[in-house]
Amino acid sequence: MSQVHYLKTPLSDEDVMNLKAGDIVYLSGIMFTARDAAHKRLVDLIENKEELPFQLDGAVIYFVGPTPPKPGEPIGSAGPTTSYRMDSYSPTLIRHGLKGMIGKGKRNQEVKDACKEYKAVYFGATGGAGALLGKLIKEAEVIAYEELGPEAIRMLRVENFPVTVINDAYGNDLYEMGRAKYEVKD
Amino acid sequence: MREIAYDDIVKAVKNMVIHTATNLPEDALKKLKEAHEKEKSPVAKKVLEQLLENAEIARTEKRPLCQDTGLAVYFVKLGQDVRITGGLLKDAINEGTEQGYIEGYLRASTCDCFTRENLKDIIGYNLPAIIHMDLVEGDELDIAYAAKGGGSENVSRARVLAPAQGREGVIDFVKNVISEAGPNPCPPIIVGVGIGGTFEKAAISSKYALFREAGEPHPDPDVAEFEKELLYELNKLGIGAMGMGGTETVLAVHVEKNPCHIASLPVSVNVQCHSSRHNHITL
Repeated sequence: MSQVHYLKTPLSDEDVMNLKAGDIVYLSGIMFTARDAAHKRLVDLIENKEELPFQLDGAVIYFVGPTPPKPGEPIGSAGPTTSYRMDSYSPTLIRHGLKGMIGKGKRNQEVKDACKEYKAVYFGATGGAGALLGKLIKEAEVIAYEELGPEAIRMLRVENFPVTVINDAYGNDLYEMGRAKYEVKD
Repeated sequence: MREIAYDDIVKAVKNMVIHTATNLPEDALKKLKEAHEKEKSPVAKKVLEQLLENAEIARTEKRPLCQDTGLAVYFVKLGQDVRITGGLLKDAINEGTEQGYIEGYLRASTCDCFTRENLKDIIGYNLPAIIHMDLVEGDELDIAYAAKGGGSENVSRARVLAPAQGREGVIDFVKNVISEAGPNPCPPIIVGVGIGGTFEKAAISSKYALFREAGEPHPDPDVAEFEKELLYELNKLGIGAMGMGGTETVLAVHVEKNPCHIASLPVSVNVQCHSSRHNHITL
């Protein structure tokens, strides 16, 4: 049976181990945005042993490229982007302390294995609900790679941001579980 | 010859772009509501509820429905008795697109294929638009528009089957594409299928199929029957809203069928996410 959790970021190992695929989580606190280009730069920094633009320990990264904010608003619409494009980078970040990722769509086996080995979790947010999710972002500030435009790294402060656990630290996958339940075999 | 001014086209396109980003069209909204009613999985039902709430927030607060405000795709039907004054039709559509994406606070999502550099300061804000042009009878200009997101394009596929694979081969191909796509294209989705013609004709037909009102059957009853059969088959996959498992994966299947070469059976599947933002203007 799926559970509902209210969690504050950064996430601890204990927070992560309490989550099971299918659980609903309302996240509050700080998270960071990054898409393909920013991920590549973060991994390059790690490989060159250089300092990252934010603390990775316990961090949550949101895969999103928001629309520009209207005057007086912190951010525009901000729903998740498809996560597989980050698959080649995520395991490195997980090994260096990343605890949570928010996106939509399938992850590869390497990411699932890294979640299991280093206690991390992959959350799904509702794709195409950018207006609703953008409203739950209370503050947004570009902290690195401004030249990447929508792909820059932003620090976000969110309140009760709704996500669902897709891949937990036990190797479960909600996409496989959910589909198996409703698939009609011939 | 009827004259239509360049500036009038720019303005009409701009307004359409801005309006479409925040107003989910009636047909898509109706299909989402139906799916919400029919869905058996509580998890997927909750997702559909969020999508309906999102559409309401977008409309009343004028926020883009989705942060992926798409590449601008157009199917243009230009009446042969129309003359455009003051500039090129293609330029007018691009200019209206750029103005709409800037003034509507929409995202600039075009980039160079290899360097991945955003082209907003090089070619223009979210330019170039993808424009399919057709010359038709009459003295009107019809411009149909869709804001086409990347996630659902990424799972779209085309293949030329062997004629012997026939109708069953097409069903299998479509099923495989949607099954493989799973949660990635933001289901519940609309599936455009282009069959026949040449390789590119099938692909363009599958895109054109997505411009139809969601769930409106093809005028040819055989094709309409085929659409129903595909819809039934695809919903058996159990993917559900956002791929979390459920009975409502596909909102509608639209098929466009063309005569093809005696040696080939081209088929293309173009996927549209639930945020089916499309519109059209007639000048």
